[in-house]
Amino acid sequence: MSPSSPVGVKSFGAYVPRHRMPRSVIAAAHAWALPALKSTAKGEKSFCGWDEDSITMAVEAGRDCLRGAASATPVVGLTFASTTAPYADLQNATIVGAALRLPDSRSSMDAAGSVRAGLSSLGQALQDASSGDRLVVAAERRSGKPGSAQEMLYGSAAAAVRVGQGDDVMARFLGRDSAALPFVDHFRQSGEKFDYFWEERWIRDEGVAKIVPRIVTALLQRLNIPVDRVAHFGLSGGPGGSDKLVAKALSLSPERLLPDLHSQVGDTGAAHPLLQLVAALERASPGDIIVVACFAQGCEVLAFEMLQAAPAVPGGGLRGALARRIEESAYLKMLSFDNEIDIDWGMRAETDNKTALTQAYRIADQILGFVGGKCNACGAIQFPRFPACVNCGKVGSQQPHPLAEESAKVATYTADWLQYSPSPPLYMGLVQFDNGARLLMEMVDVGAEGIDVDTPLAMTFRIKERDRQRHYDRYFWKATPL
Amino acid sequence: MASGIKDKVAIIGMGCTRFGERWDMGAEQLLSEAFSEALADAGIERQQIGAAWYGSAMERSVGNSAIPLATALRLEGIPVSRVENMCATGTEALRGATYAVAAGAVDIALAMGAEKLKDTGYGGLPTLGKGSFADLWMPYGSAPAGFAQLAAGYRAKYKIPKADLKRAIGRVSWKSHQNGVKNPRAHLRKAVEMDTILNAPMIAEPLGVFDCCGVSDGAACAIVTTPQIARALGKKSLVTIKAIALSASAGREWGTNQWDGSYVQNTRNAAAAAYREAGISKPREELSALEVHDCFSITELVTMEDLGVSDDGRAWQDVLDGVFDADGKIPCQIDGGLKCFGHPIGASGLRMVYEHYLQLQGRAGSRQLKDPQLGLSHNLGGVPYNGVCAVSIVGVEGR
Repeated sequence: MSPSSPVGVKSFGAYVPRHRMPRSVIAAAHAWALPALKSTAKGEKSFCGWDEDSITMAVEAGRDCLRGAASATPVVGLTFASTTAPYADLQNATIVGAALRLPDSRSSMDAAGSVRAGLSSLGQALQDASSGDRLVVAAERRSGKPGSAQEMLYGSAAAAVRVGQGDDVMARFLGRDSAALPFVDHFRQSGEKFDYFWEERWIRDEGVAKIVPRIVTALLQRLNIPVDRVAHFGLSGGPGGSDKLVAKALSLSPERLLPDLHSQVGDTGAAHPLLQLVAALERASPGDIIVVACFAQGCEVLAFEMLQAAPAVPGGGLRGALARRIEESAYLKMLSFDNEIDIDWGMRAETDNKTALTQAYRIADQILGFVGGKCNACGAIQFPRFPACVNCGKVGSQQPHPLAEESAKVATYTADWLQYSPSPPLYMGLVQFDNGARLLMEMVDVGAEGIDVDTPLAMTFRIKERDRQRHYDRYFWKATPL
Repeated sequence: MASGIKDKVAIIGMGCTRFGERWDMGAEQLLSEAFSEALADAGIERQQIGAAWYGSAMERSVGNSAIPLATALRLEGIPVSRVENMCATGTEALRGATYAVAAGAVDIALAMGAEKLKDTGYGGLPTLGKGSFADLWMPYGSAPAGFAQLAAGYRAKYKIPKADLKRAIGRVSWKSHQNGVKNPRAHLRKAVEMDTILNAPMIAEPLGVFDCCGVSDGAACAIVTTPQIARALGKKSLVTIKAIALSASAGREWGTNQWDGSYVQNTRNAAAAAYREAGISKPREELSALEVHDCFSITELVTMEDLGVSDDGRAWQDVLDGVFDADGKIPCQIDGGLKCFGHPIGASGLRMVYEHYLQLQGRAGSRQLKDPQLGLSHNLGGVPYNGVCAVSIVGVEGR
């Protein structure tokens, strides 16, 4: 890498929960009281399983971003951006980084406070990128109050972007601009679950229309880029149709607009500008100019020039994430997954899920990083790592061996209707890795087609159990049909 | 070279409560009832017990340590130990008492197993923590979910259509319900139609409600001594212990690719050791009756192969052919089994021996088998790939 090597995006990843709720189902559930919702009941939105949150989604997007990364440069910094981070005091980014098995020496921080957090973090990381590769992951598990416009609009997803300097940069960072204004279109106080919104017309006319074109124009002028060179433009953070409004104000052709993802995912807050950047990177040709903006208490805008087309990764990226979907039809399931209804799960749900934090730290690489062992005597790969090898019994033989990205299939399974699970039935069984490792795992996101012996599986980072007494979720890996 | 315990220890008294939803009794009454029956049967006094082993498996069932037993039975000033090895707990208690007598450490020992499960407030077994390490990664499945995976493995290995295996495991339960009718101490005493079994609500696929055993309260116990002392007490036609074997998982089944899910390695290990100790070379020909751990129907089916009484891949057809029915070649669960006699975890191993003990003495009433010589009992704790198996064999002395 020479000092003249470009700074910019090296790789990207995306994650969208498989659960997709047709908006018509939500509208039908509220039709008795709110018949007007029907007018917005188009397309579908993504929502999290009970065991997914912005940490788990960030891990999935991060894995997608780092998978098969050509760059040998280590990631020296990780920023996790979200307005729905699970923890107020416990750095969420540390858990994400541990699950991604990033070097301990990395810098690590959470960004929050606004749906701008994702794009602003990316801008900051790009400004710091000459000192080493940085990973920015934005994720949102967004909740809308039942019956609200946000319940219809909001989706959940995560996006990850790796930035740095080098000849492996696919999109050169051209610059950023921003404005910070006390324009309060919506807010959510700490500890509250739902956003409170002001009138949409005011947000659009007085906010988006007056602020965003001004900042975008300022950036393009500073960069000497005529508007008609912008091949891909994305805007999030404003009401539906804001992107078209701004494109018109900029005299930008509407076909240059990036997908707003409304019909498949919904508005994913801090993750949305990064998802739109991923969408741009997936379609851009070398020479294309990409501009991504986010409206929130002003505006943040970043510009890139595509240098080399992104490698096609089957099943990866936003395209792959959008294709993996399970259409849901039970509105109450969505509410239950979001803790909006308190179903009587019976006495079996009364278990105490207290976590021994001492134990969790001792084996953190095994639990968060899914790092098993490989025996230095017989070569058997195994999980967990015990003092002695499961196969030959040699003590002290275990060399760390990560399993998260290894291929696996079902060895045995059942669908357990007796055990408490927030998403019955609980699928579980022995997961057989092609490399010989095997362990008992929970299997999630099993669609209508079910699973059987030999069904191919992938690993996914999830909440294992929730401790509702102490408000602590413990995480581990589960298996999911490919 | 160890010489084994064959014929070194005789059972001189046994007791077993009625199993079931014993709303009328706490653990202390169950313990007392079983003990009183055993004392009367043995014809001895409480003070003649030299040591006791107490099996109770669940955390909140009877209580920790051996103190609940010593207190309930007023066993003062003698060694009383609690043992726990999941569903093999009852046999563990018998093993402790038997070994103590065989070693010459005591003259007369008591083995007691008990469980009070119906104070939980719900059906099925309670969910247990797995320890601070396994809690962090191992899924909490129910007991049926652990064993249901045998069905997946067995079906895949032998390429058996789902419906055929479902019918075979249903037939296992049908047979035990037929047997349970004749047992006044059984938890479930009602014959059930095959259609009812096959169409019952799903618990853990493919196991329906009728593929699962009863979860019961109960206690069972044995008083053991040497054959010499037994004869001195006036006992004739002794029932002696031929073998007690145990095997525990060390992780190979669930931690390597060396297990295909169609059998239980622990049963194969324990059965081989027990047959060796008892001098049995042809179990299918030599065993008179089986009491196996039919916690779930699929478990019993697979156990027939693990014990060597069915050929591998054949048990499902042997079941359908009635080989293990009361009038079949090797009657299995003649007392109703876990399925219908019930399954108070810590008591089950001793309950199985109790049935053999009655059968071998011709005291089994309307379910008496003709001239039994050797009875095998089998417990499986935990799950098929991560558990404990105990096999014990009792029989007429000298056989």
